[in-house]
Amino acid sequence: MKKHTVSKILRYTIPHIKYFILAVFSAVISVSLTLYIHVLVGNAIDYMIDVGRVDFGNILLQIVYIAVSIGLIAVFQWLMGYCTNAISSKTIRDIRSDVFRKFNNVPLSYIDRNPHGDLISRITNDIEAIGEGLTQVITQLFSGVITIIGTLIFMLMIDYRIALVVVVLTPLSILVAGIIGRMCAKSFREQQALQGEISSYIEEMVGNQKIVKAFSYEKRCADEFEEKNRRLFKVGLKAQFAGALANPCTRFVNNMVYAATGIVGALLIVMTGGLSIGQLSCFLAYANQYTKPFNEVTGVLTQIQTALASAGRVFEVLEAENEPSDKDRKSVNTCKGKVEFKNVYFSYSEDKPLIQNFSLNVKSGQQVAIVGPTGCGKTTLINLLMGFYDVQQGEILVDGTNILDIKRNDLRKMFGMVLQDSWLISGTIMENLRFGNPNATDEQVIEAAKQAHAHSFIRKMPQGYNTLIAENGGNLSAGQKQLLCIARAMVVNPPMLILDEATSSIDTLTEIRVQKAFRKLMKGKTSFVVAHRLSTIKESDIILVMNKGNIVEQGTHEKLLEHKGFYYNLYNSQFANN
Amino acid sequence: MFKLRRFLKDYKLQLIIGPACKLFEAILELCVPLVMASIIDDGIQKSDTNHIIVMGVVLVLLGVVGLTSALVCQYMASYTSQGAGTKIRTALLAHINGLSHNELDKVGTPSLITRMTGDINAVQANIAMTMRLLLRAPFLIIGALIMACFIDLKLSIIFFCGSFLIAVVLYLVMTKSLPFYRQIQKLVDKVSLISRENLSGNRVIRAFSKQKSQQESLDNAGEELSKTTLRVSRLSALLNPATYVITYSAIILILWFGGGQVNKGALMSGDVIALTSYMTQILLAMIVLANLVVLLSKGIASAGRINQIFEIKSTVTEKSQDRVTPVKSAPTVEFDKVSFTYGDGDNELDNISFTIEKNSVTGIIGTTGAGKTTLINLILRFYDATEGVVKFNGTDVKDYPFSQLRGDIGVVLQKSVLVSGTVRSNMLWQKPEATDEEIWKALEIAQAKDFVTELPRKLDSPVNQGGTNFSGGQRQRLCIARALVGKPDTVILDDSFSALDFATEKALREELLNLENTTLIIVTQRCASIMNADKIIVLEDGEIAGQGTHKELLKSCDTYREICLSQLKESEVAV
Repeated sequence: MKKHTVSKILRYTIPHIKYFILAVFSAVISVSLTLYIHVLVGNAIDYMIDVGRVDFGNILLQIVYIAVSIGLIAVFQWLMGYCTNAISSKTIRDIRSDVFRKFNNVPLSYIDRNPHGDLISRITNDIEAIGEGLTQVITQLFSGVITIIGTLIFMLMIDYRIALVVVVLTPLSILVAGIIGRMCAKSFREQQALQGEISSYIEEMVGNQKIVKAFSYEKRCADEFEEKNRRLFKVGLKAQFAGALANPCTRFVNNMVYAATGIVGALLIVMTGGLSIGQLSCFLAYANQYTKPFNEVTGVLTQIQTALASAGRVFEVLEAENEPSDKDRKSVNTCKGKVEFKNVYFSYSEDKPLIQNFSLNVKSGQQVAIVGPTGCGKTTLINLLMGFYDVQQGEILVDGTNILDIKRNDLRKMFGMVLQDSWLISGTIMENLRFGNPNATDEQVIEAAKQAHAHSFIRKMPQGYNTLIAENGGNLSAGQKQLLCIARAMVVNPPMLILDEATSSIDTLTEIRVQKAFRKLMKGKTSFVVAHRLSTIKESDIILVMNKGNIVEQGTHEKLLEHKGFYYNLYNSQFANN
Repeated sequence: MFKLRRFLKDYKLQLIIGPACKLFEAILELCVPLVMASIIDDGIQKSDTNHIIVMGVVLVLLGVVGLTSALVCQYMASYTSQGAGTKIRTALLAHINGLSHNELDKVGTPSLITRMTGDINAVQANIAMTMRLLLRAPFLIIGALIMACFIDLKLSIIFFCGSFLIAVVLYLVMTKSLPFYRQIQKLVDKVSLISRENLSGNRVIRAFSKQKSQQESLDNAGEELSKTTLRVSRLSALLNPATYVITYSAIILILWFGGGQVNKGALMSGDVIALTSYMTQILLAMIVLANLVVLLSKGIASAGRINQIFEIKSTVTEKSQDRVTPVKSAPTVEFDKVSFTYGDGDNELDNISFTIEKNSVTGIIGTTGAGKTTLINLILRFYDATEGVVKFNGTDVKDYPFSQLRGDIGVVLQKSVLVSGTVRSNMLWQKPEATDEEIWKALEIAQAKDFVTELPRKLDSPVNQGGTNFSGGQRQRLCIARALVGKPDTVILDDSFSALDFATEKALREELLNLENTTLIIVTQRCASIMNADKIIVLEDGEIAGQGTHKELLKSCDTYREICLSQLKESEVAV
């Protein structure tokens, strides 16, 4: 599984392989030169033998070598840094684009089923984590490993005896880092869980200040929070302290390695010789830095774990199955508006049958109203008609063609749709109204807005049609948003219309006016209207009364009232008083 | 940051001991190169094995003592920062709970939540970081400089120049890249905005076949993000090589001039090694310091944001905690020439006067935006009237303690929110000591008894955040029940039937009308809900368009008639 994830990420880095090669090459050169400089410094020191016996010629030579090395190191360090960023930013750009494309290619049920917050965190945080992981792997892991190997080689070349001291003692730091890491992981997990609990508590209490105040809950809220907060203090203190252990402890191990190198080196020089002071200084420099790459590598390993976990979540999205391809379907550009449901079966989950053996014949230009209690399947019919979900048995025909044989976008273009949940994109009002028809002229847009009774309030906004709408229409009332959605559909002027509780957030007075506009818009067009208020659909050609996924009655308003059935009760309960 | 220091006052001891220990560790660390120089110059050069071993033991001791004092500091820092964070959190939530909606609206909920969570965590991390590192890093730099002066005054010039140059490079690279990072953050926000919208509006996007243009706008933002990242990395990738070049140029100079000093007999080779160690120490400390400055500036910004909230004073405050005795004959609610505006805009309510008699049923009706909810907000004192007086049971609402005013009124707000917990814990909001019997009674009135009974764990059934595990209609009924527990004398229902089907609404309304000794205020858009009320108040654009009974209003009030006609048949209107 992990191996798979790695190779999947690698596949995304292949297009940027040149940066990768350059980065690794630069790392090898700059790291080995960095190590070599210590040798040169050691040599220079060895040429300072004693008072009056300093070999300036040779020191100068070493200095020239050092200077050249510094120059090369600078260039290659820069290259490494740049190339690493290039790979990670280009790779995650590609992944991000693919994930986003996926969002628009999966069946709508995938989007409905998965919490949006989770999907967004995958396309933002998780992808960032992959990028961070890639950078870390190259800068820390690769250069860490190169440093470890390089140092080992240099040390063995200078003096194997001291090298042995360093090699034997260094694993201590790994051990210490490992123990601390494990301690941290446990208390961090606890802290994380508690942080989550506290965050959602804060979200609820701060987000619902109205009820907190209305029910005088302030004091109780403070007490509840105090209790959670106290628990967080205990756990947080433990986690923080455990985390803070890492630095001093590894520094301590490092100091011990340094001391041991110094003592053993000094004793070796005094007792056996064969090692110069300059070489000892070089060893001391190595010892000072040798634990660093080990800590970095172990540190990176945990980071790689998180990056891989994130990558796993991202690839889970990328591997979700697409909607079946509609390449072989017919493209259809005309539409008369004849719709037929033939023995349609559908349910969201197998154990809960919803629509069963549903048939309906709609003639061109008819208005179909769908009514019934919430959860009875009204919106499901719309989902099937728009091709958001596919029927499980039976077929839906538009102008005699099965909709599964029509290209999805062509099918959807036949319908203008206004939903209860009025969604607007952040941008200007004009951009929103043009959403479905980018070629509409200003006059057409304004005309549509007038028809939808949106013109007057748009005009009152600070910049009129150029007023920016905040995300999700934050600066508009629910009613205004719905009016804009209606106007947006009017700008497109499609052959068929779907209104799914389109006027539910508008008060009845405005609704009457909008209904008039609708009637104008619907004239001669086949339309499907899902309604909550029965008064608005009395004039429909067909009223479908649904209950629990089935059509229980159908007919005109008058006929249904005569029938004194489900619709009759529904209708009267709306008006009955005591 | 400094204004929040009151939260640190219980930790004075820790605040002194912690950094002091860290300073001590730094001093020990500065001694290490000197000890090593002594091993080389006095031990090796003079072949003194004893000296080497003694100094070796000193090195180990330095390490052990250093570790101990560092650990003491880490504990002090963790304790202080976690403690202060806890205190700030408690105090800030209490403060937010004390603010009125006037202030809450201005700051906005999401912003308040980030301040309560992210910002406090940032400040907490900063306190720890400051205690642990802020003293240590500059001290190491200054210490290394002083040590260099001690070893050789002339050579120390190289150190001063080197440190200065490193500082300049760090400063330049960081300040130059800062605007880029801000730009990057903006682009990241844009990417997540596009993604969020694409998900929330996926139906509409597919319905309008806009997948391609959505993909384009994301790809554009992504491309720009990638380009900006590369632009800044060209700059930030300079940091390492530049500081490296400076440090090692300084070391070259040390070697060259150090060689001269050795030649003159002013220095020994061990001293030269010590000097090179100090130079690298300075570099490392500088980098730590630079990162610290970035972190601290973020922390200070967070502290500023938290402090902003603390500095907001509530404009709606309690005059006294003394309970008010209700005036017996007075109406439950009385508005006397009340006007209200949310900000500088037009009046939301304009010169409103009416009374609501005790134990009566009053309907308040009007189109969206007519000011119905605002009116309720004034009764509950979420806001104060800009002009005029609002009285509850004969006394100005401003003279009530909040808990009495709001405790006497059972309110069902427009938005049905439940809080995570159980059904029972939600039902105890109005009256914490309510018995199960009282709860069931309220559920029965609210038409919620049936479905709660059907839940496997009845009153102990879990409720998710926001009550999302209940349907809209169930949630609304539970909210109604929540307000009825404890039988408040006054019940306000703000558009509280909107998610109920008509049959349920009818049954619920009948139960509510049967409540004895209760003043009932029903705010609605549906005239059917209030046709039989004792009094109906019709609002239009913040003004009273009419008040009276259904019959009276049909005759006298055009707005009311229009609303009724839009919802009912002509024959139905004339009851």
